Amino acid sequence: MTNTMLDFVIVSIALLAIGIYGISVKRNAIRMLFAVEMIVNAANLNLVAFARFIPNSHGQTFALFSIAIAAAEVAVGLALIIVAYRMYKNVDIAEFRSLKG
Amino acid sequence: MADAVFLGLAVITIGSAIAALEVRSLIYGSIALMGTLGGIAGFFLLLDSPFVAMFQIAVYIGSIAVLILFTVMLVRRQLIFIKIEDKRRRYAGIGLMLSLMLALGAVILSSGIKTITTDEPPVDFRLIGADFLTYYWPALVLMGFILASSVIGALTLARREDLTNDQHNA
Repeated sequence: MTNTMLDFVIVSIALLAIGIYGISVKRNAIRMLFAVEMIVNAANLNLVAFARFIPNSHGQTFALFSIAIAAAEVAVGLALIIVAYRMYKNVDIAEFRSLKG
Repeated sequence: MADAVFLGLAVITIGSAIAALEVRSLIYGSIALMGTLGGIAGFFLLLDSPFVAMFQIAVYIGSIAVLILFTVMLVRRQLIFIKIEDKRRRYAGIGLMLSLMLALGAVILSSGIKTITTDEPPVDFRLIGADFLTYYWPALVLMGFILASSVIGALTLARREDLTNDQHNA
């Protein structure tokens, strides 16, 4: 393998930092979901990279579990965004002030 | 040292991640997110994990990105293009991002991680299936339940009770 493990970890760090920037700055609920996806993907990349260089199959198994759980998380998150949009007619999280029904 | 394929994939992944957050239109943003997820799938292929790469393409690009695209299209047209953010908060966020990159990068570079290379053959992906069905089978069953319950939960959340009454009245 020509690529060292450091390369993959650096890409993962960059993706994590961009995701944290998105979560802390953006006010659009859908864009925050994008940022969460980037952070989850950075974690998966790290898992698979470490698993390749050990080498061990458990890291890949764990990454597969993580991907499947992320799918469930996005489904619920988008349903929540749709409910909030129906209530407030907006996707700006600063507008989602009350927890009233 | 990284090869050309790796550098190309890194540019695609990081560039489209930035584009997904900064492009004005949410529709183009979600298409850029597809680029990020596809780039990660390419990294999985470089790491000799074709099974995880195919799973990533099937789950992320095939379902999650399309789901996000459909949700974006449900949102009102003005809200797709609007971009509300605080200028000061934005600079603080960029500062946070850079300091996080520098701090984590310094930690990683000072660790012994850069000497790690491997000449060992990749793990056979049939081992993953064996793992799933032997050591991890309770987790697999639990994951099935979690997926089913979250899909049912999402459907229940997004259901409209008022719609059936409207249709009866019409």
